Amino acid sequence: MTHPSSGEVIAKPAPSGLGRLLDHRVLLSIAVLAILPWLLPSKALAVNVLIYGVVVMGYNLLFGYTGLLSFGQAAFFGAGAYFTGIAIGRYGVPWFAAVAIAVGLSTCLAAVIGIISTRTRGIYFSMVTLALAQLVYYVALQASSFTGGENGLRGFTVDRISLFGHQVNFLDPVNKYYVLMAFAALAMWFQSRILNSPFGAVIEAIRENEQRARACGYDVERSKLVVFMLSGAISSLGGCMLALHLSIVPLDILHYQTSGMIVMMVLLGGARSFFGPFVGAASFLILEDVISLWTPHWQIFVGAIFVLFVLFLPKGIWGTLLDVLGIGKARR
Amino acid sequence: MDLSLIIMQLLSGIALGAVLVITALGLTIVFGMLGVVNFAHGALFMIGAYAGLYLASLTGSFWWGLLLAPILIGAFGMLIEFVLIRRLYGRSIDDPLLLTFGLSYVLVEGVRIVFGSDGIPFPTPPQLIGVLDLGIGFFPRYRLFVIVLVAVVLLALWLTLEKTRVGLIVRAGARDPTIMQVLGVDIGRVWLAIFGLGVGLAALGGVLAGPMRSVNPEMGSLVLAEAFVVTVIGGLGSIVGAVVAGLMVGISISLVALFAPEMATIVMFALMAVVLLIRPQGLFGVRGRTA
Repeated sequence: MTHPSSGEVIAKPAPSGLGRLLDHRVLLSIAVLAILPWLLPSKALAVNVLIYGVVVMGYNLLFGYTGLLSFGQAAFFGAGAYFTGIAIGRYGVPWFAAVAIAVGLSTCLAAVIGIISTRTRGIYFSMVTLALAQLVYYVALQASSFTGGENGLRGFTVDRISLFGHQVNFLDPVNKYYVLMAFAALAMWFQSRILNSPFGAVIEAIRENEQRARACGYDVERSKLVVFMLSGAISSLGGCMLALHLSIVPLDILHYQTSGMIVMMVLLGGARSFFGPFVGAASFLILEDVISLWTPHWQIFVGAIFVLFVLFLPKGIWGTLLDVLGIGKARR
Repeated sequence: MDLSLIIMQLLSGIALGAVLVITALGLTIVFGMLGVVNFAHGALFMIGAYAGLYLASLTGSFWWGLLLAPILIGAFGMLIEFVLIRRLYGRSIDDPLLLTFGLSYVLVEGVRIVFGSDGIPFPTPPQLIGVLDLGIGFFPRYRLFVIVLVAVVLLALWLTLEKTRVGLIVRAGARDPTIMQVLGVDIGRVWLAIFGLGVGLAALGGVLAGPMRSVNPEMGSLVLAEAFVVTVIGGLGSIVGAVVAGLMVGISISLVALFAPEMATIVMFALMAVVLLIRPQGLFGVRGRTA
């Protein structure tokens, strides 16, 4: 497989054992996630890593691979959660159908925001996505009869689910983790397919040089819109998972601080790498957990650490690690 | 609903817009010169409000707070440019944005540690308490003062940029920094000063907004979104655009609040969406740079 994306020629080095292993990035990632609840101090933390990992992975498609720095990804994360909750709580839709409906509707929302925001470039795009996501926040705040306004959305507890004829107790943290992991696995497979497709090469070409991609005959505007929608769809699945997990949807999920947190996670882990988002989500959440043990002001440390990453480690933890191990771009 | 009520609401909108203009101006000037969008702008606005409040209570006079807070916070802004942002010139255009976003976390949490998480009331200066009879209705003296002060600051800024040697260097530097360096201008110092000016304007906006809004650590996040909307509508880097769009947004928020209060926070985003669909570069923006 060749990537026409990066300027340099990608020489496939003699595949070391580790490098060859990374060819199966989806299976490898699933394997790591499968043992995660036993690596982390609590099952709740593991579920959060799973959820935020999916959200950040969807965002990485936009920021890491296409180079579009959006500050509005919370809109889709939140939309997925709200639509799931409303479908189950208000309309009594079965949980799996609610997830499908929520992802569909969130993708429509991504299409609307994408049509407006992909008309702009560079820094403008960041500002416009932030503003439009704030619009979604205020709409959710005002439409309190649907969303519960400031109190968040409540009243749609999913306690047991029927899975191929089996009744599964969804309140058990281990059961919950593995059901949600199935969604994460689906999202990872989907993302990997996108990245390996010709379309995946086109979006990387746009990141490297937009004008050249246009000159090559690619429809840059449409590709940006499509990737914006795909990214929104994957992130909204994370929102669905959050709604199933928490049984409430806090309004804060739509705030731009959440978008900012997603940006921080992708940078901590490493943009443009397949597993980086999960590393980023895990490090951010562990950091938050550990620091808030001895001070309520954990944000000051997380902010400072993020500033240091931007200055000195822009490739993030996972990206830098892959660099050190000498694993080439094609295998990430 | 009579006409005088609408006119009074219009005046309120101009006062609201005046604060937006000052804040968005700081953002747009820094972008125009340095090509940097400062995501900590809202946090610095909030710190300006706190600094104004603190200095006012320290000196016993609102006027010292109004004068000193923008200068002090502006100097702090220069420190930020010198220590952090300067390292990122020549790197990806996204990097200063990400860095200032992380910085806003630090600043907001820092204020929470020093002043607590709860809002603090910002007393209106005694000389400006009460209302003034305009013939058609009563208007708060303080808001009238805000409108006049912002007009004076805008005039001073315009005269400096258009009529002085310093302004000439600044305008030329925005157009082509390399040529300016060849001509012997220390462009680094110009950038330092401009970043300080932008942050100082954010702080001034914060102090002015203090008596109109409640002062709390989160006040910056709404302001940041508002300032973004204003600069996007006006056109990033355009000073005239910031003024026109700021007033436009302030007036529409006020007027919509009169007829449909629940829509007041939403209207400016809708306005921005419409402008983007018709003119992606903003009302006074130059095509090619951003859209």
